[in-house]
Amino acid sequence: MPPRTNHLGLSRNEYKGSPSTLCPGCGHDSISNQLISMAYELGLEQHKIIKVSGIGCSSKTPAYFLGGSHGFNALHGRMPSVVTGALLANTELECIAVSGDGDSGSIGMGQFKHVIRRNVPFIYIIENNGVYGLTKGQFSATADEGQFLKYYGTNHMPPIDLALEAVIAGATFVARSFSGDAKQVQTLLQAAVCHNGTAVLDIISPCVTFNNAETSTKSYPYGKDHEIPLHEIQILAPDYVDAKEEIEIDDYDAGDTIDVEMHDGSFIRLKKLDNDHDPRNKRMALDVLERSMREQIFSTGLIYYEEPRPTLPETEELVETPLAQLEEAELRPSEAALDGLMQSLMAN
Amino acid sequence: MAIHPQTESKIITREPVINDFAFSVATKNGSGSQTSNNVLVRSLFRMGIPVNGKNLFPSNIKGLPTWYTIRASKEGYTARKAVTEIVVAYNDATATEDVSNLPPGGVCITTDKIAKVIKQRDDISYYEIPVTKLMRQTKVPSAFRKLVENMTYVGAVAQLFDIPLELIYQVLLDNFKGREKPARMNHDIVELAYHWTAENIVKTDPYRFENMDGTRGKIMMTGNEAGALGAVFGGVNVVAWYPITPSTSFVDGVIAYRHLRQNDAKENTIAIVQAEDELAAAGIVVGAGWAGGRSLTSTSGPGISLMSEFAGLAYFAEIPAVFWNITRMGPSTGLPTRTSQGDLLFTHFLGHGDGRQICLMPGDLKEAFEFGWKSFDIAEALQTPVFVISDLDLGMNNWLSDPFDYPDQPINRGKVLNADELQAFIAEHGKWGRYMDVDGDGIPYRTVPGTNHRFAGYFTRGTGHDEMATYSERSDDWIENMTRLRRKMDTARDLLPHPIVEAESDADIGIITFGTNDEAIREARDWLTNDGIKTNYLRIRALPMAAAVTDFIDQHKSVFVIENNFDGQLTQLIRLEHPENISHVRSLALGDGLPMTPTWIYENLKEQEG
Repeated sequence: MPPRTNHLGLSRNEYKGSPSTLCPGCGHDSISNQLISMAYELGLEQHKIIKVSGIGCSSKTPAYFLGGSHGFNALHGRMPSVVTGALLANTELECIAVSGDGDSGSIGMGQFKHVIRRNVPFIYIIENNGVYGLTKGQFSATADEGQFLKYYGTNHMPPIDLALEAVIAGATFVARSFSGDAKQVQTLLQAAVCHNGTAVLDIISPCVTFNNAETSTKSYPYGKDHEIPLHEIQILAPDYVDAKEEIEIDDYDAGDTIDVEMHDGSFIRLKKLDNDHDPRNKRMALDVLERSMREQIFSTGLIYYEEPRPTLPETEELVETPLAQLEEAELRPSEAALDGLMQSLMAN
Repeated sequence: MAIHPQTESKIITREPVINDFAFSVATKNGSGSQTSNNVLVRSLFRMGIPVNGKNLFPSNIKGLPTWYTIRASKEGYTARKAVTEIVVAYNDATATEDVSNLPPGGVCITTDKIAKVIKQRDDISYYEIPVTKLMRQTKVPSAFRKLVENMTYVGAVAQLFDIPLELIYQVLLDNFKGREKPARMNHDIVELAYHWTAENIVKTDPYRFENMDGTRGKIMMTGNEAGALGAVFGGVNVVAWYPITPSTSFVDGVIAYRHLRQNDAKENTIAIVQAEDELAAAGIVVGAGWAGGRSLTSTSGPGISLMSEFAGLAYFAEIPAVFWNITRMGPSTGLPTRTSQGDLLFTHFLGHGDGRQICLMPGDLKEAFEFGWKSFDIAEALQTPVFVISDLDLGMNNWLSDPFDYPDQPINRGKVLNADELQAFIAEHGKWGRYMDVDGDGIPYRTVPGTNHRFAGYFTRGTGHDEMATYSERSDDWIENMTRLRRKMDTARDLLPHPIVEAESDADIGIITFGTNDEAIREARDWLTNDGIKTNYLRIRALPMAAAVTDFIDQHKSVFVIENNFDGQLTQLIRLEHPENISHVRSLALGDGLPMTPTWIYENLKEQEG
């Protein structure tokens, strides 16, 4: 039987990358799998996508998905600047970027905040496990206060909440998820693809080797027991499913659902669970995040969303042709232009 | 009150000195003297007198001493002169020292506020301008008075040394982009001081300007502007930067000239991002270069330090990007507003591990423009970062130049495969790998993101990789890759701008330098020739060095390497590259924060040569 294919006639296998070299069971591999599924389901064209990462376990993963795309495993904490340059050079590219809690929360905190401030349009995934894996188990800046790890003893520092930092920095799309919740990760990734602006996904992604004790809020056992989705999420994307039909068969009460129209005309439908979170309300978003951090409540879902403000390429007022594709005639002024300028600078 | 009576007889008998002397204008930083000095330089330029203007300024917004030197030279020498014949002593904090630096027969133009210097010497001319009184006579609103006060010395200088008033007005108009009101306000002061000087001061010095024909067809601008203009003609399309003296005006230049590239809809073909730091600026240009952009950043030493990790990545992952280092005095914050050639070794070896970076070293304005565009072609042809090493002297000071030549080569994007070319490559070689060296020149073929071919994608990394760009920790893969990178650098030696060699004579002495010492060396060589000492000359314009440097060293009995830094960095590099037979290579290195003078070169070379 031939494999199932998407609307481009490609099988899911064709969206895979090289085999992962991460520890078996690593949360990051699960996210890579969801990225593969998302790209396959949406029928994304791999040559239009770039994958960029920093350094760390998480940042290795772009080698493990979308093998047909250009990838760039850059420097520790510096993925955002590389993405910025690449997307300015070619505004037709879409970028999926992967970072970790060390990469974004410590060494790269400056770039993390500034790329959001500039609103560079890309998907910024943080695979957050609270620990440095490649150097064998130091606490990261997102680790819980009071947590004990063999390498370091007890952590006395309060955590940095990267979703909270993202909202404060001006992100227009901030989500938190759990790599153990494949369905939600997948849906949020699809929503992020529809967004025009920096879309931050802080995904708790357990490190099975160094930080998977059930006492850690970054572990599988903890996540499975404690995850509280803020809502059920559904993507109604006109490009990919028949949105109208979906809306018509909607059987929720109007008061129980929030439809958020995305940049590309699709909708994110959020069905309320037992809380009143409205991601379009910044105060609510900040409150949910602050309370989650303080009381160690594992709230997941689309935490914050606002109408996209202009992206960096838009504020640059660039020509329509991607800069990387400009020809000599557009890149080099004429000889007459140089001569005219030289004449105007002459003494007599 | 205008002349010191004891000196009158001594001075008045001297022969006239026309169009061949230098001024030093001593003021307080932030007092608005920049406009006054600029007006003087531009006026002389328009009188046809070869002239330079060098700003020796402090790291300060307002209040600290600052000097501006203006040199007129009918012979066309534009290096900084070691001694200036005239000082405009407008800063009481430095006036005593400024006056003591004058040669016998020199001139001090000062103000009624700094009377203390008047009796300091009896062998110079003093002209005292009653600035307080003159300013009281003006209609300038009091809020502006301090800012235009320095126009009094422009008026005095114009009267004393013969600069036409009307010309000064024209230059002021240009300075204020045609706006008459500020031009008129400034010119009123100039006129007032001009007429006061005519009526009250008896000229006792021999110095005078005369119209001549020494600047016809020439232009004047700063090296940062020239480099930026070059970049605009070189097709730059992504610029990222972080403000730092003395490079800031480089990006200002790109912004000023980018309209030359705008289409009818005024849409930009250059994205310009002021980054959060130099590290991010480097990341942006590396990301852009990887994605097929022609990217540039401009910075100085502290910024280069922050960029070193990205420089190493771009070298090893083979990503084109252009980095300008407008060098200032280090180490550390150093002398942030003083010139230096002290980053040569650091820039050339930027990044940890093995390898070296391509460097271009412009020596004048024309080369700043030329390397401005050519650096992109070199970066893309070699798929590597290119560092253009300029300095504060070239970058921020006004230089005289012939007009720039339009690029004589079309834009070179290097070995970039589009989808069809990739298909053909695979048909010919059976496969394509990002780091395959099928031409044997060390330069592989690359694809850029967005190329619509299923095999176009590859994974770029700073970790070990084989020719297919696959992660590899194998020793043989590593060595093969490094060997190819070295091969690429050897290819570069021929591709880069060759040294300028002036070796027509049978001289025993060879002089080697790089960058902005060129003018001072040219003048010093003329002095040496007058003394019967013949010299040959080679100016290195790129690293890694061309073979011609080795030949030049071998051809001379005595070789002097002249450079504006403390450690003699070019000398060290020459010893590294050319370890045999170099006992006759000597270092003449001076790092004092100031542009090199012919006097220092002449005296030290003669002393060492014995």
